[in-house]
Amino acid sequence: MNCAEIEVLVHALIDGELDAGHARKVEVHTTACSACGERLASLRALREAISSAGLKEAAPLHLRRRVEASLAVPASRIVSMRSFLKPTRRSFFGGFALGSALSAAAAMSLVLTFTHGDPELAVAGEVVAAHIRSLQAGHLMDVATNDQHTVKPWFNGRVDVAPPVIDLTAEGFTLLGGRLDYIDGEPVAVIIYQRRRHVINLFVAGGASAPTAQPVSETIQGYNVRHWSQGGLGFWAVSDLAGVELDDFVQRITRATARAVSAS
Amino acid sequence: MDRSWTTGHDTMANDASAEKERMRRFRDGALPYLDDLYTLARYLMRNTTDAEDMVQECYLRALRHFDSYRGPAMKPWLLAILRNVCNAEFTRRAKGEVSADYTQDELAAKETPMWQEPHTSPEKMILQQQDSTTIRRLVAELPEPFREAIVLREVNELSYKEIAEVAGVPLGTVMSRLARARAMLRSSWNAAETVAVLPGSAATIGTAP
Repeated sequence: MNCAEIEVLVHALIDGELDAGHARKVEVHTTACSACGERLASLRALREAISSAGLKEAAPLHLRRRVEASLAVPASRIVSMRSFLKPTRRSFFGGFALGSALSAAAAMSLVLTFTHGDPELAVAGEVVAAHIRSLQAGHLMDVATNDQHTVKPWFNGRVDVAPPVIDLTAEGFTLLGGRLDYIDGEPVAVIIYQRRRHVINLFVAGGASAPTAQPVSETIQGYNVRHWSQGGLGFWAVSDLAGVELDDFVQRITRATARAVSAS
Repeated sequence: MDRSWTTGHDTMANDASAEKERMRRFRDGALPYLDDLYTLARYLMRNTTDAEDMVQECYLRALRHFDSYRGPAMKPWLLAILRNVCNAEFTRRAKGEVSADYTQDELAAKETPMWQEPHTSPEKMILQQQDSTTIRRLVAELPEPFREAIVLREVNELSYKEIAEVAGVPLGTVMSRLARARAMLRSSWNAAETVAVLPGSAATIGTAP
């Protein structure tokens, strides 16, 4: 093989498109010929840079919703989901645990079915569905930064509330970033934290929709939910974190929010 | 909270009408590729609003043709439809049927650059933000059909054969497009790195007596 042939084949090599025999020939050549060897090395470096650049974009949430809505099945579907998943409740949770390709839409309708009938629970169900979707769809963050002074202004003009963005990194809850989400048809600000490997989504909406300043606890589909109101805003914290730790998180958030409000 | 999971009395046989089953199969098969489709649309259209419309149209068209879908794989099939949808849009615009708000979209796209909010973890970001931003920009700046080839390969992870099917060109053309695309990327990347290493060097040259 000559260098001109190799020049084309090195691409096939790094793309894993060569059979063993040809791959061997290219490797032999690139070891012997320094020009082709360098070409291969620089291609690999470029390849590495491209793959770590994460070119893949997450579809925005409103597009996901739009597409899902256009592929909606007749209304009876939501009821019939039960029979699709009839066997046991356990097996349905198993689907989530396995991280199966269960679509975000299915997750959404399941939660809504599950919490159907109680408006307060239905909203909590939507919050949990949004939490699950954020983890499944590769759409956790719109703005990814651990700088609270970047996250806070990012929400300007996107939601009609100014959510408190509190950095609890020093206290073991890493600030990951922010996201815009929709709950009950309204845009809400979501601030994302992480504790070890657990993600906490903190939803902040205008209007004190929570009954009390004292956090209300729910467990929906194995996710812990805390709901409270403070400073005229409604808060939901959702995570698979243990209840005690989520309580700790909520306490730190409410304390810091109170400080922020009194300082301003 | 304790809510029992009522199974209901409806039976599988009653619900599973052919239409629902068809829709379920389509959703399960096609929705997981939303991010793939959106990314390709964004690189092809270079504009988020257009990309979203193209993806939506792609799903609707794919659903209409789902009955005739016999494989091979769902991903290249959807990407091929998306590509056709985008090309049809370009053709429509070339005929002068450009929508009035198109220019505004373009302006908006310039004001809010496409590549400034990468969806990666923060740790990764701190280390690679510089490189990532550069690479995204360089890929976005590639001329067609090289941009399409590199995105189908590096983002959508299609095989050469699949790329050939999606783009409707022979295998050899796929190989030469990828080789060209990478050669262009490599030289523009080298150029970008040189500028980054020597900030202000251009200004120095410009103001030298």
